[in-house]
Amino acid sequence: MSGDVISTRRETLVVIGNGMVGHHCVEQLIALGALSHYEVHIFGEERQRAYDRVHLSEYFGGRDAESLAMGEQALYQQPGVHLHLGTPVLEIDRDHRQVVTASGRTAYDQLVLATGSFPFVPPIQGAEGTSRLVYRTLDDLDAIRQAADGARRGVVVGGGLLGLEAANALRSLGLEAHVVEFAPRLMPVQLDAEGGAALRARIEALGVAVHLSRATSAIIRGDEYRWRMNFADGEHLETDLVVFSAGIRPQDALARSAGLNMAERGGVVVDNHCRTSDPAIHAIGECASWNGQVFGLVAPGYQMARLVAARLLGQTGEPFTGADMSTKLKLLGVDVGSIGDAQGATPGSRSYRFIDEATAAYRRLVVSADGQHVLGAVLVGDNSYYDTLLQYAQNGIKLPQEPASLILPQSGGSPALGVDALPAAATICSCHNISKGAVCCQVDAGVTDLGELKANTKAGTGCGGCSALLKQVFEHELSARGVVVDRSLCEHFAHTRQELYDIIRVEGITRFEQVLARHGKGELGCDICKPAVGSILASCWNEPVMDPALVPLQDTNDTFMANMQKNGTYSVVPRIAGGEITPEKLIVLGEVARKYDLYTKITGGQRIDLFGAQLHDLPDIWGELIAAGFETGHAYGKSLRTVKSCVGSTWCRYGVQDSVGMALQLEHRYKGLRAPHKIKFGVSGCTRECAEAQSKDIGVIATDKGWNLYVAGNGGMRPRHAELFATDLDDQTLVRYIDRFLMFYIRTADRLQRTSTWRESLEGGLDYLREVIIEDSLGLAAELETQMQLVVDRYECEWTNAINDPEKLKRFRTFVNDGRGDPDIHFVKERGQRRPARATELTLIPVTEEAL
Amino acid sequence: MTQAQALSIEPNDPVAHWHTLCHRQDLVANSGVVAWFAGAQIALFHLPQGGSGGQVYAIHNRDPQSGANVIGRGMVGRIKDAAVVASPLYKQHYRLEDGQCLEQPDQALQVWPARLRGDRVEIYAPGNRSAMNI
Repeated sequence: MSGDVISTRRETLVVIGNGMVGHHCVEQLIALGALSHYEVHIFGEERQRAYDRVHLSEYFGGRDAESLAMGEQALYQQPGVHLHLGTPVLEIDRDHRQVVTASGRTAYDQLVLATGSFPFVPPIQGAEGTSRLVYRTLDDLDAIRQAADGARRGVVVGGGLLGLEAANALRSLGLEAHVVEFAPRLMPVQLDAEGGAALRARIEALGVAVHLSRATSAIIRGDEYRWRMNFADGEHLETDLVVFSAGIRPQDALARSAGLNMAERGGVVVDNHCRTSDPAIHAIGECASWNGQVFGLVAPGYQMARLVAARLLGQTGEPFTGADMSTKLKLLGVDVGSIGDAQGATPGSRSYRFIDEATAAYRRLVVSADGQHVLGAVLVGDNSYYDTLLQYAQNGIKLPQEPASLILPQSGGSPALGVDALPAAATICSCHNISKGAVCCQVDAGVTDLGELKANTKAGTGCGGCSALLKQVFEHELSARGVVVDRSLCEHFAHTRQELYDIIRVEGITRFEQVLARHGKGELGCDICKPAVGSILASCWNEPVMDPALVPLQDTNDTFMANMQKNGTYSVVPRIAGGEITPEKLIVLGEVARKYDLYTKITGGQRIDLFGAQLHDLPDIWGELIAAGFETGHAYGKSLRTVKSCVGSTWCRYGVQDSVGMALQLEHRYKGLRAPHKIKFGVSGCTRECAEAQSKDIGVIATDKGWNLYVAGNGGMRPRHAELFATDLDDQTLVRYIDRFLMFYIRTADRLQRTSTWRESLEGGLDYLREVIIEDSLGLAAELETQMQLVVDRYECEWTNAINDPEKLKRFRTFVNDGRGDPDIHFVKERGQRRPARATELTLIPVTEEAL
Repeated sequence: MTQAQALSIEPNDPVAHWHTLCHRQDLVANSGVVAWFAGAQIALFHLPQGGSGGQVYAIHNRDPQSGANVIGRGMVGRIKDAAVVASPLYKQHYRLEDGQCLEQPDQALQVWPARLRGDRVEIYAPGNRSAMNI
């Protein structure tokens, strides 16, 4: 097929394991052109292809298996790539160079072991079923979710990094979470005593109970909860489920039975080139033991994967000589950072410490005996110091005169090592091994967009911890080359939508002409900036869109307060709040539709859409609808559309709250709110989620204690599940959070940016959003609520306003000088209703208007 | 479509005249309305800043992309210093001055010379009938 005349036998490469590291290896192999040398077989034990284990806890926050998947499915669909999922390898037959699975044997020329690790569960008497859960795979998470059904309390055994992640997962399932740790402090590997104490204080403040220096001796039946954990010191704790997260062990059974050399503490022994004792077999990631060490982080695993991919294609690759175990995390929303020699174990090292007992913040800087270099650091509560400290440590940068300044609070934000001080070899993204030099190369090659940089280099797409630094370096390098990134809205405004919003609000501007004269160029504006400003003015001041000064700003659908269809006619959508409608009103809709011969269809948002009205019909149609008690549905606006609901506790045997009542309250509160794009809500009366709230911008799901709030979901072209934002809210708090969320979105989003893409573009992600909305970190909450209240108070039905104003009705004429309708609009009947005639059908219609 | 082609736009056409289409108060500032003129649909845009009393443009109402008569309901704006209207359906821009489509050089809308005369809005076109039902 390739046209090669000489047929050379392609070798077979088998990769066992399709986790993050195994996937990275395959990705690298293919990128290096492996498919012209190898037929590649990948065996994965799990049913899913490789997924992002680093962000596993987000599975309970609304992300599904597909959105956690690594890379594109297409990678595994190329000719020459064979992915065998749900197929554990049972044996490696080294004599015949074959791997054995339940479905047969596959011969290999080269074999890569990437089997990862498994959670270590200490042998505790009585641990079984829901008292012996683990936290490693999606199946494990499904088991936890199942166990959480009907449960009130959950315990995690293990206060390390993964244990705290698991505790967070329990919390997002609505459980009271407890952490039981054997050591006298949390995260004993990464933190020192003071750091552990600060982290404990923070986590306890979040409602997670922490039990230290506790060894579990047995688990027996509980009295008030399902289980009772007995501790060696005589204490006990009752719980409904127990998740073990007490460390990992290399998944090395296969290698062991194949007779490969094993390390004393587990793992396949590998050398600096990831070679095992069999020259045809390499091992990478958490199943490999280098120098007696197993690396449980993704970055060293990726480093090994790159090395082996290069070696298999005859390249040398960079030898593996150990890895930096520095980590920066957000655990339960608390920043935790650990760099290098965090415990100060280096002989002669000295430490600087900063302890803030008021907010439970802690920072420690470990410096060399000569006081010249950073050896390590511990951060709890604020990771903004991390990037700079890591660069000092990794690149041996000489400490400043006053080393303590690197960890002391600064009024102007954390100290930043100017990115130009970084050497070209400085690693920016350790997951994908991208140096500052590599970023510079991209800029030199003409890349001016951060997204493009990420796509080209993959920088910032692993754990994501480097994204802030990456952006900083990128923008610095751009401006060093004199590149100004153009974020202008259009030729009339050298501002982003967000900047225009601030200008309009701060200066109290109410007219387009004012903002154009003061901050724009030229006259008149265009169809980009006018609707954008029109929407901002409406969001800020909420004056009727039909006011003469505002009319020219509205996009055509807003101008005529109806949705233009392909033949120039309009569809009419009255508000049916929450999808609830009386029989009387339903009859009126039917009668109006019959009278004006409107095609009638139920929408996805539990409303009724009436199609085929001409411009001059609109006021008559609305006159009848308003007289029957309807109001506009804003289906034409970038504004709140619908609040979809299920019947909830009023009728449904499963419902736990009145979802229709809440939907009505929310729809009536936010109706008419203009935003950067349309907004949809859903309210479900129980966890069965019949209103599909998790696909909406705002999703509300009833719990037996109140409401869970989900945000930033989307259906449409790129579906995105909404993320769990806050749990068990009472009615008032729910409304306040939604007020703040929507106004913050309106304030900061780009033009035509839905909440989903806005949320994805927010630096700091969901945690940042929680800080702003729930913890009020920007001090904006009261202002956002006031703004929302102003918009709510000024609501009026635009159609009622228009039909009472002859001046405004003037516009609703097909011809200003003639009473006729548009003679070029033709309908045909289909399934008992009329629809626009297709071009091919027009010849069948007698022409009544003759040419001049 | 056939109506428009039948209508000559040469200002020096021997049989062309100025025709009154509607009143000034029928226009909407910085926006469009549509008038009926002997079988043709003419979109009228009023830009009050242009000249004394402002400029009126007359352009054909039919959107060539969709075949629908909707140009008069598009947004006006200024792009590269030319007054334009954006089609409300697929957003192509047409210059009000000469009807040229900015995105597709091979497409242009018919235009008519137009003016404000006292209270009246007039276009220059063949035919001898006033289009105003007054």
